[in-house]
Amino acid sequence: MEKKLEPSFKEGGKLHKFWPLYDGFATFLFVPGHVTHKGVHVRDSIDLKRTMSVVIMALIPCLLFGMYNTGYQHFLALGQTPELGASFLYGLIKVLPIVVVSYAVGLGIEFAFCIIKKHTISEGYLVSGILIPLVMPADIPLWMVALAAAFAVIIGKEIFGGTGMNILNVALVARAFLFFAYPTYMSGDMWVSMDQRKGYEVVKEGLVDGYTGSTLLGQAADASFGGSFKNVAGADISNVFSDAFFGFIPGSIGETSALACLIGAAILIFTGIGSWRVIVSTFAGAYAMGFIFNLVAGDNIYMAMPAHYHLVFGGLAFGAVFMATDPVSAAQTNVGKIIYGFGIGMFAVIIRVVNPAYPEGVMLAILFFNVMAPIIDYFVVQSNIKKRVKRFKLASNGVK
Amino acid sequence: MGKSIKIKKGLDIRLVGEAEKVTVSPDSVDSVVIRPTDFHALVPKCLVNPGDVVKAGTPLFYSKKHPEIQFCSPVSGEVAEVVRGAKRKLLAIRILADRETSYVQAAVPQTESASAEEIIAALCSNGLWPYIKQRPFDVIANPNAKPKAIFISAFDSSPLAPDMDFALQGYGPEFQKGIDALARIAPVNLSVHTSRTKSEIFLKAKNVQLHTVSGPHPSGNVGVQIHHISPINKGEVVWTVNPQDVVIIGRLFTENRYNALRVVALTGSEVTRRRYAKVITGVPLRSLLNDNLNHENNIRIINGNVLTGNTEPADGNLGFYDSQVTVIPEGHEPELFGWALPGFGKFSMNHSFFSWLAPGKKYTLNTNMHGEERAFVVSGEYEKVFPMNIFPVYLLKSILANDIERMEELGIYEVAPEDFALCEFVCTSKIETQQIVREGLDLVMSETE
Repeated sequence: MEKKLEPSFKEGGKLHKFWPLYDGFATFLFVPGHVTHKGVHVRDSIDLKRTMSVVIMALIPCLLFGMYNTGYQHFLALGQTPELGASFLYGLIKVLPIVVVSYAVGLGIEFAFCIIKKHTISEGYLVSGILIPLVMPADIPLWMVALAAAFAVIIGKEIFGGTGMNILNVALVARAFLFFAYPTYMSGDMWVSMDQRKGYEVVKEGLVDGYTGSTLLGQAADASFGGSFKNVAGADISNVFSDAFFGFIPGSIGETSALACLIGAAILIFTGIGSWRVIVSTFAGAYAMGFIFNLVAGDNIYMAMPAHYHLVFGGLAFGAVFMATDPVSAAQTNVGKIIYGFGIGMFAVIIRVVNPAYPEGVMLAILFFNVMAPIIDYFVVQSNIKKRVKRFKLASNGVK
Repeated sequence: MGKSIKIKKGLDIRLVGEAEKVTVSPDSVDSVVIRPTDFHALVPKCLVNPGDVVKAGTPLFYSKKHPEIQFCSPVSGEVAEVVRGAKRKLLAIRILADRETSYVQAAVPQTESASAEEIIAALCSNGLWPYIKQRPFDVIANPNAKPKAIFISAFDSSPLAPDMDFALQGYGPEFQKGIDALARIAPVNLSVHTSRTKSEIFLKAKNVQLHTVSGPHPSGNVGVQIHHISPINKGEVVWTVNPQDVVIIGRLFTENRYNALRVVALTGSEVTRRRYAKVITGVPLRSLLNDNLNHENNIRIINGNVLTGNTEPADGNLGFYDSQVTVIPEGHEPELFGWALPGFGKFSMNHSFFSWLAPGKKYTLNTNMHGEERAFVVSGEYEKVFPMNIFPVYLLKSILANDIERMEELGIYEVAPEDFALCEFVCTSKIETQQIVREGLDLVMSETE
């Protein structure tokens, strides 16, 4: 097949302008038989496709649990007992279309850009395409997913030159776009999946008495917060930490389970694909900031909330493991990665606790440090340069 | 006291095809080829014509920039061919070898009393100068420069590399003589590996500052050792020599002649009888590999190792500096869903293939790229195999931007392409880092000289 098709896509062939598309599919099917020419004669087996597929594998626990939890929260809100199979099925039906739309739109635009710019298709969107659904509420309208994916690929990535050139994490650009363009769809009552909505508003009919759709962070940031967290059915949560750790709380599709994120982190760190420096330091930064707030809390209930709650609430775990670690938008130097992660953790908690407008701060913290990453690296590299200059001066003064 | 250097970052690529510790001497060869292209950045001027009769030690060509540097014939015989390429560029000189080699008798000074200038002059005029290379730039040393030190790595840590302890067996006096000669020029630093180096030739060498190095490849790279012993500042020069070439230098002062005999390891999964062979520089590879290959086709013959060597055709010749020939399979076969399979048999630095389940396994690697070139995406992977206090990706980017000032700031003077070979091997984006570094060095060299 390859031999038959290839000539028409090659230089001078009828379909040459679609070469990137052909190449993309051919290399998806086959690792090409290209051999080394200059330099090293053998190469490590890894390539970007492998790297990206490992990240997708690491995301599977989050995806599966996210589907289950979508149904779980849904049935809880209806006052029914959430059964495993039914909950998962409900979530599957809700989530799958979002994934499909995200990939279809994002990859479609990416292919178009590659054809126009005569680039080969890069693998970057394989991960972005699954990250975008996981940071959306389950009830997000599909046209919004499409819009966000398009915005993220074009404005977040392609205008900078494609995969490897973007400044901000592509999936977070999608989420930030929706967050600011359609704030009502990304806050308040959106976090529990409903059969019926009027726009973003929940149709309260049929819901359990005492229903509350806000996330734990939303509750904590609320002025009327008395110190006890409630689940969607309005009942007090007896063990907040374990519920949040396992992920039986409302939130974006993939972010609720810290456990699923940690499984992903274990895969990323063990395979060497994700940076442990970023992951560990993000958690450390969040805990440190939470701890500092504990010290100065006074009678502020939110500040006094145990610091380790911050690690399992909201999107912190998901952000630390899958968003902050994006190697393109993160700091590049090893020392820089630690500063970068620590900063993300601290800022995420500061935004959560201090800024009443945004109950969740992880997205903004990561985007902010995406922008700061080159500056962090600049100082790290500069210190290396200074050492070299100092050594040079000593040497030229005759000191050894 | 020398330094003790612990290299943690690095990678030993576990290949099938190590040479057995047996030395053979192939039948006398009928011809050798000396190629100016083995010497980076050299502009040669030819001194011989086809039909000329030469001895071992007769100059064949010299450096246009440093006419005192002579490149001599390693055998006696008749010049059979002077191969020229485009614009009459001198590519190779082929010499039909006599059965018995007759040598030019060299007048050499006593190493105990000679001045640096006398030693340098003797090495230049007898064809041994090219064995001395310099950092920065990784080219033949400039004989007029004042090096702050000379560095010798007593072991080669690259994949399937020859065991220098074994290769130098019996050459202790010549090695020491070579050191003595070099020590007249500048202080000599010799680095030995804590577990690989056992030979007393190295461990008991006199006239040297002895350093110990531990850890995986590239611990044997002389550039890595220099970086940790006495890093090169702008304006400074150090010289480097391979141990086998020190022996050849030593012979000049013991035998009074240019005797380019060296021990070459025949390695790689496609070589049938993997051994060490005692040969002259520039011999035809046929003489080493005839009836000694598992396959005749779909193989790659490499002068040197799989990381830094050069591809050579089957009818090609041993390179000037090479102590190793590696033969591995070509990898032209596409692999269905190769990137998605578990990959139990795929070698990789990290654990994304399930080959991590077999930590000690040796691999038959072919020349497949295992993917296509991409932009820099993954960060931090070069750092895992680059044991220098230098930011490799920043340096590479400054080279790609032709920013000489930035290159200097980031340490271009301390590196050679071979130091980036492992970065290139592990690169997810399949970037040709050695080529980039070579271009960067060439640019800085052209601006500073």
